[in-house]
Amino acid sequence: MKSKVGYLEREERRFAEVPRESIKLMAESTGVELSEEVAALLAEDVCYRLREATQNSSQFMRHAKRRKLSVEDFNRALRWSNTETVCGYGAQDALPFRPLKEGELFFVEDREINLVELALATNIPKGCAETMVRVHVSYLDGKGNLEPQGTVPTAVQSLSEDLLKYYQQITRAILGEDPHLMKVKSVSHDLDQLNRLLHMVKSLVQNPYLYLGSYVRSLVSSVMYCILEPLAASINPLNDHWTLRDYAALLLSHIFWTHGDLVSGLYHQILLSLQKVLSDPVRPLCSHYGAVVGLHALGWKAVERVLYPHLPAYWANLQAVLDDYSVSNAQVKADGHKVYGAILVAVERLLKMKALSLTLAAGGGSAGLPGTTTGAVGFRENSPGLSPPPEPLSEPPLGIASHLQAGGAGCQWEEWTPVSLPAMYCELYSFFGDSLAVRFSTDPPLGGAPSSRSCQPLEGRKEPASGAPNLENTRKMPQLTASMNISPRQDGSPRMEPQPPSLAATVPGRSLARSSSSSSSVSRSRSSSSRPGRSTSQSRDIFPKARFPLPQAGPPAFSFIIGGRQMGRRCQGRRFQTSFTPTPPLNTLPPRAYAHKLPVIGRVSKPVRRWTCSHYSLHLPL
Amino acid sequence: MAAVQDGQMELDAEKETKPEILSDGTSNLSGNTASGTLSSSPLTAAPAGGAPKMEDQQTLIAVLQFLKRNKLTDSVEILRREAGLGEDQEDSQATDGSGGGKGDVDGGDANSLLSRVSITSAAAPQSMCDSPLMFMLSAAGADDQPDVSVVLSAYSQQGDPSLYQVYYSGLKNFIESVLDCHRAELSQLFYPLFVHMYLELVYNNHENEAKAFFEKFSGDQECYYQDDLRVLCGLTKKEHLKGNEVLLDFRTSRFVLRISRDSYQLLKRHLQERHNNQIWNIIQEHLYIDIFDGMPRSKSQIDSMSGSLAGEGKREVNKAKVFHGLLKEPEIEVPLDDEDDEAENEEGKPKKKKTKKDSLGSKSKKQDPNAPQQNRIPLPELKDSDKLDKIMYMKESTKRIRLGPENLPSICFYTFLNAYQGLTAVDFTDDSSLLAGGFADSTVRVWSVTPKKLRKVKSAADLNMIDKESDDVLERIMDEKTASESKILYGHSGPVYGVSFSPDRNYLLSSSEDGTVRLWSLLTFTCLVGYKGHNYPVWDTQFSPFGYYFVSGGHDRVARLWATDHYQPLRIFAGHLADVTCTRFHPNSNYVATGSTDRTIRLWDVLNGNCVRIFTGHKGPIHSLAFSPNGKFLASGSTDGRVLLWDIGHGLMIGELKGHTDTIYSLKFSRDGEILASGSMDNTVRLWNSMKAFDEVETDDFTATTGHIHLPDNSQELLLGTYHSKSTPVTHLHFTRRNLLLAAGAYNSQ
Repeated sequence: MKSKVGYLEREERRFAEVPRESIKLMAESTGVELSEEVAALLAEDVCYRLREATQNSSQFMRHAKRRKLSVEDFNRALRWSNTETVCGYGAQDALPFRPLKEGELFFVEDREINLVELALATNIPKGCAETMVRVHVSYLDGKGNLEPQGTVPTAVQSLSEDLLKYYQQITRAILGEDPHLMKVKSVSHDLDQLNRLLHMVKSLVQNPYLYLGSYVRSLVSSVMYCILEPLAASINPLNDHWTLRDYAALLLSHIFWTHGDLVSGLYHQILLSLQKVLSDPVRPLCSHYGAVVGLHALGWKAVERVLYPHLPAYWANLQAVLDDYSVSNAQVKADGHKVYGAILVAVERLLKMKALSLTLAAGGGSAGLPGTTTGAVGFRENSPGLSPPPEPLSEPPLGIASHLQAGGAGCQWEEWTPVSLPAMYCELYSFFGDSLAVRFSTDPPLGGAPSSRSCQPLEGRKEPASGAPNLENTRKMPQLTASMNISPRQDGSPRMEPQPPSLAATVPGRSLARSSSSSSSVSRSRSSSSRPGRSTSQSRDIFPKARFPLPQAGPPAFSFIIGGRQMGRRCQGRRFQTSFTPTPPLNTLPPRAYAHKLPVIGRVSKPVRRWTCSHYSLHLPL
Repeated sequence: MAAVQDGQMELDAEKETKPEILSDGTSNLSGNTASGTLSSSPLTAAPAGGAPKMEDQQTLIAVLQFLKRNKLTDSVEILRREAGLGEDQEDSQATDGSGGGKGDVDGGDANSLLSRVSITSAAAPQSMCDSPLMFMLSAAGADDQPDVSVVLSAYSQQGDPSLYQVYYSGLKNFIESVLDCHRAELSQLFYPLFVHMYLELVYNNHENEAKAFFEKFSGDQECYYQDDLRVLCGLTKKEHLKGNEVLLDFRTSRFVLRISRDSYQLLKRHLQERHNNQIWNIIQEHLYIDIFDGMPRSKSQIDSMSGSLAGEGKREVNKAKVFHGLLKEPEIEVPLDDEDDEAENEEGKPKKKKTKKDSLGSKSKKQDPNAPQQNRIPLPELKDSDKLDKIMYMKESTKRIRLGPENLPSICFYTFLNAYQGLTAVDFTDDSSLLAGGFADSTVRVWSVTPKKLRKVKSAADLNMIDKESDDVLERIMDEKTASESKILYGHSGPVYGVSFSPDRNYLLSSSEDGTVRLWSLLTFTCLVGYKGHNYPVWDTQFSPFGYYFVSGGHDRVARLWATDHYQPLRIFAGHLADVTCTRFHPNSNYVATGSTDRTIRLWDVLNGNCVRIFTGHKGPIHSLAFSPNGKFLASGSTDGRVLLWDIGHGLMIGELKGHTDTIYSLKFSRDGEILASGSMDNTVRLWNSMKAFDEVETDDFTATTGHIHLPDNSQELLLGTYHSKSTPVTHLHFTRRNLLLAAGAYNSQ
C-alpha cells in the first residue's frame, strides 16, 4: 500500500491535512465517484480522525516509556477505537517518507525485497539476543567510582559554553545519537563512526587556525587505531574496512607532512609499532595491510627501513596464504591479495623514490644541494655505477649477471640503507616477479631510442654487448634506465614528460583510466599475483639490468625512464613507460589516494613507442 | 456515600457477570440520566466527597429503576437492602423524578432516551471509551453531570458568533486594566472561558468564526495548556465534539477557580454593567468559582496550583481527615541472631527482644495520633513466613546506612540489555532478591538478583512422594531441574504496563494493555487469576504493603481496589477525568493515591471509597508517585519533569523540585525518608534532600486553612546529586533495606 498524503499549504498550517484530491483519487481507485463537496467533507473528517488517533496513540508510547511513537502504538489506538489497523508497517525504525518531484506526491518508500536472495543469503542474521539484566555499581556513596558516565570528560569541562555546545555537536555528529561514547577506542567497531572520526581528524589537521599542540599525539593514536586494529567489522567481507585503513594511512602521512614539528618524536615510535604488527604473524591480514599502507604513507624511507627488511620473512607467510586454494581459505586469500597489492604499491614507490633520490643526488650535487647526497653524488660520478652488487643476491646469477649495473654502491652512499637500488630491485623482483615489472615496465635498451628523443639524446644509455641476448621470446626483467639530460628541459619537448604529478593529465585516455583507479590496478596486480609461485621461479633466470648513464658535462639532470610493454587482451603489446624527473617539491607533495601515487603506466609518447616496438620489448602474458 | 459506592459495585458486578447485557452499557445512562436531571440545579450541587443525602438517594433510586426495567430483580433486592431504602420511598421519588424531569430529557421515557443515546454513540463509533466512560461518569454520581448530549446541548443557545471576539476581548481589556492584585486572579478565567466559547462556536457550526477566535486568542493562554489547545484546535466540526475525550472531560466537570471575594465582586460588577450575558452564562453554567475571603493570591501562587484539566481542587475537598500515620508494628518475637545470645538461658531472651525493638522503632510502640485504627480495614493475619521476614527486615535495618546530604547512597544500576525498546515496567521485591520486568511483547520476566536460582515447585505426583514431616520440606518441594536465573511468564495479550511483587514474594501482579490484571505464582511460575474489570488498558497496579489487596488503574479512568481472592473489585475509585496512570498504596494500606492524565492526584479512602484529597499543580500527566515512609508526605512526578511534594495531612503542596528534563517515571524515598530519588527518561537519577524540603515548609494555621502556599524556589539547594546513566532511561528505583539505591532501565542503543 502506498499511502499518498499530500500536504496542502493553507493559510494556517496547524497540522497536516489530507487534500480532497487525494480523497478523490482514492475513491476513484476503488471505483467510486465523489463529488467535490463530499470529498471535502471526507478529507476534513479523515484529517480529524487521523489526528485523534495520533493523539490517542501517544499515551501508549508514554506508557511504554519510549520517546518514539511506533506503528504499534498507532495500531493500538486504532484497535481500541474499533478501527481497522494498518498492517505491514511494524518496523521499529521510521520508513523514509519521500516526495516525488513531479507532482506533489509523497509516499513511504517501500522497497521490494527479493525473497529468494534473502532466503539464500549466506550472512544469515542472528536471532535477537536474549533479553538479560546486568548489574553494575554505578555510583559509590553518591560519587562515581567509575569514570562518571555520560558526563563530559574533565578536559572538556573547562571549555566555555559555546565550545561546549560545539563539542556536543561534534561528538553527536561523529558518534551518532549516543553521546556517551567518548572514546573511540573504548567501544567503537562501527565503520561509519570511525570514518566520521577520521574525517573530523582530517578537518582538525587541516584547520590552519587551530594549534593542535599536544593533541596531535592523541589524534595520531586514534588514527593508528583505525589503521591497525583488527576491527570486528573486518570479519564481514561486505564491510569496506580497507578504505578506512587507506584513508587513515593517508591521514597519518598528512599529519606528518603538515605537523611534522609536533610529531617528530612519534615517528620512530610509530615505525616501531608498525613493525611490530608486521612481524607478528598472529595478527590478521587486515592488520598487516594496515601496517603496510601505514608504512607506505610514512614515506618510502619508512618502507625501506621497515617493510623491506621484513619482506623475506613476511613473504613466506603471505605465500602460504596465497597458495592455499581451499574454499575455506577464500576469504583469507582475498585479504592476502589485498596485502600483496599494498606491499607492491609500497615497494614500487620505494623503488621510484630511491631512483629519484639518485637523480636528485646527481642533480643536487652540482646544484650544491646539502646533505649526505652530495658526497654520494661525487662518489657515483667517480665510479659510474659499474661496480658489482655488493650483496649476494638470492637468485642465481645467470648469463647477464654482469650487466647488473650497480647504480648501487648504495651502501656507501647512505649508511642506513642496507641495499642498493638495483639489489633491492632484484630482490623485490624475486618476490613479485613480473607483477613488479608490470608496474615499472621495461626499458628496451638500445635501438633508435636516442634518435627518437630529439632534443635530449639519452647519452647515458649504453647497452653493453653482453646485454645482447635480447631474444624476443625470453622474458625480460624490466629494466631500469636512467637517462640524463644534459640540456635543461627548457626545450619543452613533448616526449619529455613533466613532473610526475602532472603526468596523469598528459597520458592518453586509456592509460589514464587505468592509472587513476587504484582499485583496478590493485586488482590487476592481484590477478597477476594469482600465480606468484610461477612468476617468482621464472624470475630467477632473469637478470635485472639497470643502466646508468655516464656522467656528462654540464649540470646533469637525470630522468629515469622505466619503459615496457604489456600484452593486451588482443595480444597487442601495451607499452609502459614511467619516467621521473627530479621534482624538488616532491617532498612536500600532499599524500593522495593511491591512484595518484601510482606510476603512470602507459604510452608516453610516440618516439618511445617506436623504440619500444623496435626492439625487444617485454611481452607479458597477463 | 458508602452505600452509593456499594451500589455501583453491584452495578459493575452485573455488568461483568452478565455479559449479555453489557451492550446495554449505554442504556445504564438512561436510568442515570434521569437521576441527573432529577438532581437539583447544577449550581447548588455539592462538591465531590460531600454530596448531600438527598441526591444520593435520588441516584440510588434511579439506579433501582433501571435495574427494575431490565428485570434484574435480584440486584434490585440487594441494592435496596444495602441502601436501606423502602420500596414506597423509591416509588414516590421516582414519580417525583419523572415529574421533575425538564427540558428535552424525559426521565420516565426510557425508550426515547435509549434511542437517543444509542444514536449518539453510533455517531461517534471511534470514541475510545464512549460507553464505559459515560457509564462511569454517570455511575460515579459524585459529578452531577447528565449524559453527553445533554451537556452539549447546553451550548445550543445562539449568540451572535461575530460578537464572541468582542466579548472575549472586552473581558480581556477589563482584566488587564484592573489592579495588579486582582489581575492575576481574574486571569484564571481566560482559559476556561476561551475553551467554552470556542466550543460553543464549534457546536453551533460557526466553523470560521471558531477558527478566527482560536487564532486570535490561543496565544494568550498559559503555556502549560498547550497540549490541550493542540487537541482543541483540531476540533472544528460539531460532529467532532461527540466522542472527544478531552472535550468530554472539559464538559462533564466544572472548571474550578479559586478567586477572592474582592476579585469576584469586581468581575461580577463589570459583567453586569456591560450586560455581557454570554460570558456570564458560561461562568454560571460551566465554571465553579470557589470564593474565599482574604487576600487575593499572587500569580506565582496561582500558577503553582493550576494546570489541571478541571482547574484547581475545591477547598472543601481537602478538608476531610486523613489518617496518615503508620499502623502499629505487630509484636514479633525477635530471636537473637548471635550465637552467644542463644547460649543464654530462656528468660534472658524476651528482655533482649524488648530492648531491641524499642531501639528500632519507638514510634511504633506508641499509637500515632494520626494513625488509623488497627482494624480500620481488615488486614491479613501474619503467617509464620511473614514473621520470619519481619525479623529479617529488622536485622537488616540495624545495618542500614543512615543517609543524608553528607552521606549519599551508592547506586547500583540494573541494565536490561537487548530489550529492543520493549521494557515497560520494573519492580523489585522489598528484600531486593527478585526483579520483574514487564515487556511490550506481552511477557513478564522474573530474574533472581541473588545467586539463589528460581525454582518451580515439583509436580503434584512428585510432591506426594516427599516426606512432609521433614524439616526441610520447603526445600524439598522445589524442583532442582527447573532452576534458572530467570523465568518468563506468558499469558498477557498486550504490553505489560505494570508489575508488582507481593510483600511475601509468593505472587506477582501484572497489568496489561489487554485489560486484565494477572496474578502469578512465583512458586509454580504460572498464572493463578486474571482479574477482568477494566475493559481498557490497565496502566498500573500495585500490591498493598500488607498483601492481599491490590489496586489497579487504567484507561477507563477509574482505579479499582481488589482482593486477591475476589474476582470482582471491592472498590471503584471514580472521579479522575482522564486515564489513571499510576496507583500507589499508602504505607498504612488505608489509602490509595492515583495519578492521572488529567494532571491531578487523588487520594482515596480504601474504607469507603471516598476521594479525600485532590492535588493540582502538575502541568502534565503524572507518571510516578511515592509515599514517604512515615506516610505523611507524597511525592509525584510528571511528564513536565517536575517533582511535587505534598503534605497529606494538610492537603497542601509543600515543594517543587525542578531539574529533570523529561518524564519522571520513578520516585522512591529512602528507607528513612531523608532522601528522595527520582529517575527519569532523561537518563538521570537525581537525589533530593527531602528532609530539608519537609522541614522548611511553614504549615501555620493560615496556610492550612486557605491552602495558599508560598513555595520557595529552592530546587537547586535541595538537589543533592545528578547521576547519569549510559543511554538508559531510569524506569524504576528501589532502596534496599540497607539503603542501597537500585535503579533499573533498558539500555537504549539509539
